[in-house]
Amino acid sequence: MITGFILRALEGKIVIAVAILLGVAILVPALNLLALPDSALHIPTYLMALMGKYLCYALLALALDLVWGYCGILSLGHGAFFALGGYAMGMYLMRQIGSRGVYGNPILPDFMVFLNWKELPWFWYGFDWFAFATVMVLFVPGLLAFVFGWFAFRSRVNGVYLSIITQAMTYALMLAFFRNDMGFGGNNGLTDFKDIIGFPVQADGTRAVLFAMSAIMLALCLVIASAIVRSKFGKVLVGVRDAESRVRFLGFRVENIKLFTFVVSAMMAGVAGALFVPQVGIINPGEFAPANSIEVVVWTAVGGRGTLIGPIIGAVLVNAGKSFFTGAFPEFWLYALGGLFIAVTLFLPRGIVGTIQHGFKARQALKAAAEAEKGRGDEETVARAVQAAE
Amino acid sequence: MFIRLFSLILLILSVAVPVKAQSDPKSLIDALSKADFTEAEKLIGQIAATGDTRVVTALEAFAEGDLYFRKSDNLVFIAKAAGSNVELIDPLTGASAGAAPKNTVTKIRVNNNLRRVIRSAMGGLTLLSPDRTVRLQAADAVLRSPSPENLELVEAALAKETDGEVKARMEEARAVSVLSSNRSVDEKRAAIETIKNLGGRNALGILNSVSGSIDPSLKGDLDAAISSIESELQLWDMAQNVWYGLSLGSVLLLAAIGLAITFGVMGIINMAHGEMVMLGAYSTFVVQDAIRSNAPGLFDWSLAIALPVAFLVTGAVGFVIERGVIRFLYGRPLETLLATWGVSLILQQAIRSIFGPTNQEVGNPSWMSGSFALGGLTITWNRLWIVVFSLSIFVALLVVMKKSAYGLNMRAVTQNRRMASSMGIRTPWVDALTFALGSGIAGIAGVALSQIDNVSPNLGQSYIIDSFMVVVFGGVGNLWGTLVGALSLGVLNKFLEPSVGAVLGKILVLVLIILFIQKRPRGLFALKGRAVEA
Repeated sequence: MITGFILRALEGKIVIAVAILLGVAILVPALNLLALPDSALHIPTYLMALMGKYLCYALLALALDLVWGYCGILSLGHGAFFALGGYAMGMYLMRQIGSRGVYGNPILPDFMVFLNWKELPWFWYGFDWFAFATVMVLFVPGLLAFVFGWFAFRSRVNGVYLSIITQAMTYALMLAFFRNDMGFGGNNGLTDFKDIIGFPVQADGTRAVLFAMSAIMLALCLVIASAIVRSKFGKVLVGVRDAESRVRFLGFRVENIKLFTFVVSAMMAGVAGALFVPQVGIINPGEFAPANSIEVVVWTAVGGRGTLIGPIIGAVLVNAGKSFFTGAFPEFWLYALGGLFIAVTLFLPRGIVGTIQHGFKARQALKAAAEAEKGRGDEETVARAVQAAE
Repeated sequence: MFIRLFSLILLILSVAVPVKAQSDPKSLIDALSKADFTEAEKLIGQIAATGDTRVVTALEAFAEGDLYFRKSDNLVFIAKAAGSNVELIDPLTGASAGAAPKNTVTKIRVNNNLRRVIRSAMGGLTLLSPDRTVRLQAADAVLRSPSPENLELVEAALAKETDGEVKARMEEARAVSVLSSNRSVDEKRAAIETIKNLGGRNALGILNSVSGSIDPSLKGDLDAAISSIESELQLWDMAQNVWYGLSLGSVLLLAAIGLAITFGVMGIINMAHGEMVMLGAYSTFVVQDAIRSNAPGLFDWSLAIALPVAFLVTGAVGFVIERGVIRFLYGRPLETLLATWGVSLILQQAIRSIFGPTNQEVGNPSWMSGSFALGGLTITWNRLWIVVFSLSIFVALLVVMKKSAYGLNMRAVTQNRRMASSMGIRTPWVDALTFALGSGIAGIAGVALSQIDNVSPNLGQSYIIDSFMVVVFGGVGNLWGTLVGALSLGVLNKFLEPSVGAVLGKILVLVLIILFIQKRPRGLFALKGRAVEA
């Protein structure tokens, strides 16, 4: 059954995307490590780290697409799940520093010594163990999403209201993590990492593995997401998006469907955050900022929501643009981003991938119609094609 | 006869001479030159007891450490440094006594204990001043630092006093002095009663300071008075919290009220709302700048001039946004959210490019600075004006919505667009005007907020989430809900602050709102009817 589930996921486009991602996962680290530094094919480490960052963002956008594109929940708080995953990984990395910190305390991270804390707070227990941290990367965002979604979906908070309270959620978390008393490093966050499972974080080899992991996790999550949306459950999901009341009247438990999707999506965002932190080298409360979460929405919108591949393309394109503009014309970037928000919503509501798909389907429909005109196609296929195009 | 007369003169002299010696301030002050700290303390008491108001300057100089004596004749002067010399001034008359080299004079040393004694002695002295305000200040000084030595002076002054207010203040000063003196128990009991009625932190401090040394029979009265003052203070603290809360609430109301129109009435999620507030604040800055360089005399009117300017500027920007972007997105609220977020980024960056990223200084007109006391409350004028201002905007908006033809059209369009259109209302025009109105009000809010917040390109960002919380909490589409929502969130915030701190208080409020929305997804005052479930 599971194989069938996965096989169904591997529809044409997804297969191509997964193949590309796996290719990238092998090729880029190989070019970084094996190609000679002065050859044209060599990829410098900073560039690889940058691309690794984009892949994490792409995973975050994919997670958002699952809830927004297929379930109609516009979450303005996905950055919170991302940051929580990042903090879980950051805590593991902090514990790995051990006595190599500035204060040389073998148990307490530097900021705790600085704040004159005597012992490790209970919620830091276990984070010296990689497996535990990995579980927490999934569990903490998942739990928050579960609790939040449980209340919100049960009381049928939806549409704009849901968006606003998800925004309030991430805002509240940002304020909370800014406090030194919380025990997460306050304003400065967690940084100055040394090792990850025994390998130095800064080393090229580790970075290459992290990059490859990002690409592979993205591919894996893409397959999972695709499997979800192409299953029968996925059909109901789209039903919830388009006509929630009707699905409810048909006897489906809409709140459970939403809750499941929301939690899965939050876990994916957590994984993205966890991969992001060792590559960037810092996690701070700024990641919770509501503006970040809204930016994720625009990546998804640019690429095309409800297409799974679109958000990945959107995230990479927008962030590449951001890197370029903030370097070349720093003043101009916010104009460009703002303009992008407006242009996409006004002129490209389906996003890049959505528009291409739509155009493709429309052409097929036209072709079918032309054939029907000639009396060779049966009317049913035409109707189906036209419907598909819409 | 002659002998009797002679002896009488002798007698008078024998009495008068010591009296004269004691009440001659000049010789008393000169005696300071040879006195140690204990003697100086006694001398200060005697100087004050002369009742001569001229000694005030000398005592002030003594407390400041400006009192010196000349080594050659031990005469005391007030000395001011003038180059390598010092200028000597007669302590009583204030007349100059010429300059002298520095090494011919010695400073009379003073310590904190002496300073305290001097302060209370001066308080007593100026009680007899002919100037009413000086007497009032003197009574206050005694109130603040009571000492038994002043008691008789206070009583003497009290007997002569005719002015009602000063007399009342002196009564209190007397009661305070009585408490630390060795007067009878009954007199002290009456004094405790007077101090209790006086109230306030100062009175509490006085009562607490004597509670260790007081007669045991008075202990009960004293404790009762202390607890009475404490509970009164608690009440005032509470009132202060309510006031702070209302003040914060009125700020929230100002920020949210424009949103109550664009989001609440029209259903547009206007993420650029905060930037409208910011534009309003910058309009104020520009207006003030123009006034400073062209007509400085008008500065007190700058806010009044900025109001219509800000309204028109932000209203026009709002109009352009509605016509240019939002009208294509009606019925797609989530897309509106994204597009207006884009608008907000552009506006922020535009302001940053024009005015720079730093804070701009916006001045307070004179009628908005300072504060006044109301019972135990301290109320600053700018906060009071903002409360008044936000309430008047609210009322004005309510009148426009309920009483004007335009408001009627607006409500008709929001309730049933097609029907309104069939009735001949130009719905696109109404939409544009409504959005412009909401934006304009945000701009007016910006004028007020420029008085209490930093005017920077990020000004709007700090209000946007709070504004949405207020509107959602109060109930969408209901202006009264916005009012109640803003004020109650403000008060709740300020009541949480003292116990859990400002940041945690804010987090708690956010969490409470999130939970509240689960319970009542449509806010405090939900609109009833089928339209809601669309």
